[in-house]
Amino acid sequence: MSTAFEHPTYNYKVVRQFAIMTVVWGIVGMTLGVTLAAQLVWPQLNLDLPWTSFGRLRPLHTNAVIFAFGGSALIATSYYVVQRTCQVRLFSDRLAAFTFWGYQAVILLAVVTLPLGYTTTKEYAELEWPINILLAVVWIAYAIVFLMTIKRRKVSHIYVANWFYAAFILTIAVLHIVNNAALPVTAWYSTSIYAGAIDAMVQWWYGHNAVGFFLTAGFLGMMYYFVPKQAERPVYSYRLSIVHFWALIMVYMWAGPHHLHYTALPNWTQSLGMVLSIILLAPSWGGMINGMMTLSGAWHKLRTDPTLRFLVVALSFYGMSTFEGPMMAVKTVNALSHYTDWTIGHVHAGALGWVAMITIGSMYHLIPRLFGRTEMYSVNLIAVHFWLATIGTVLYIASMWVNGILQGLMWRAINPDGTLMYTFVESVEASGPGYIVRLIGGLCWVTGMLIMAYNVTRTIKRGEGAHQPLPQTA
Amino acid sequence: MDSGTVSGIVTGILILVFIGITVWAYSKRRKPDFDEAANLPFADDDPQSNRDTSASPNGADSRKSDSCKSKGDRNT
Repeated sequence: MSTAFEHPTYNYKVVRQFAIMTVVWGIVGMTLGVTLAAQLVWPQLNLDLPWTSFGRLRPLHTNAVIFAFGGSALIATSYYVVQRTCQVRLFSDRLAAFTFWGYQAVILLAVVTLPLGYTTTKEYAELEWPINILLAVVWIAYAIVFLMTIKRRKVSHIYVANWFYAAFILTIAVLHIVNNAALPVTAWYSTSIYAGAIDAMVQWWYGHNAVGFFLTAGFLGMMYYFVPKQAERPVYSYRLSIVHFWALIMVYMWAGPHHLHYTALPNWTQSLGMVLSIILLAPSWGGMINGMMTLSGAWHKLRTDPTLRFLVVALSFYGMSTFEGPMMAVKTVNALSHYTDWTIGHVHAGALGWVAMITIGSMYHLIPRLFGRTEMYSVNLIAVHFWLATIGTVLYIASMWVNGILQGLMWRAINPDGTLMYTFVESVEASGPGYIVRLIGGLCWVTGMLIMAYNVTRTIKRGEGAHQPLPQTA
Repeated sequence: MDSGTVSGIVTGILILVFIGITVWAYSKRRKPDFDEAANLPFADDDPQSNRDTSASPNGADSRKSDSCKSKGDRNT
């Protein structure tokens, strides 16, 4: 990358690096997802090799989309937003560069170790202890860069997006370090320092707050900057954003037990987790409404601006999945939905509909500006990407709803004499058509991401062309 | 005091803190500050980004074609 786009004040280099890796890891992570979806339709696709089996590729997929794609997007946008709203350069160029190379090293280590079968078996925290230590160091460096930049700001206020980013960074540091506390046995094997039900509770305290702070608070930070920016008007209510922030971080922390309904976890803990999950609807919808209403008076922009469409549809899916989530946390609903494909559908309503769409919308705003342009190479291709992503998400979640409810009902159906009406494999067989629809949805998404990669490449090339050094006069 | 009582007191305190935050956020006194903060994303527009339309708060307000009746309590 040439230095032609260097901003006089801000450090855009590290933002560009993370932004490009967002697109790259998005394609890698979603291609892995499509591979897994295809394996569920045609199991032979695991090639009968241990390294390509579902059990090893699945954590690679989740790590790639959440931490590599989502994480790169969060770090890119947080570095961009904090500089522009604090009107000051990032705290340290060298430390910022370390966060980039360190974070990418963590991802590459995941790409190598997970298919080899090195895993702690903790969901979304599968990486073994040496990688965890590296990630902790990188994350603390990230926290230092971000918070020190806020400290050196040239304006008196800390914009609300930075509050969300800061909460995300600090909470993830705590979650990662506490949940991965382990006794190393060998170089690539460790055991958790927690045991039994406590281990499960710590894991899902981590797991749900990874959703709450990584996949929600961080991306809400993105929303609070890029939605107003793309709509060209300030956020609907700044006051609501403050109440939204404090309500969200106070409540999210306690919702984890809903992942452990009807397990060895004490019953009161399960009920408490359920109640706090339901309360969580209020701050979630408060934030969604705040984002949506920012467009009041500018709705017509949706007709011509597919980037804004990405951002607004992301908010719609956010509203939908934050309604679905509390509903599924109700124990009686959970009795039907848990361990079925409904959960997978819910996760992807959030992950594709909210996280990926808000990321892509933000990237389409961000990338041209990082490369000295005002717009992407092709707005039409953004529109194509938008429809592929939307249709892909709808196919995905609709098929998983059908599958999930079907599985839940089949598993609980009993004959008059009390025996089970269906064998497990019958429910798998009945899920077949849903898996094919899901695969089609996933293919839409990967196609969209490839179109995005093409559009981004052309935008960068064109930006470079526009910045040819002018001949100097003597 | 058993742990249940402590939990109850802590919960009560947190509810009061939250109500306090809400009252503070919606107090009239804070309005000018929040208006300023809400416009921070538009405060640093450099010539490099040369956007097609002005994104200043005044610009957003003055475009009559954009504005509709329901503005809620938008901080503009």
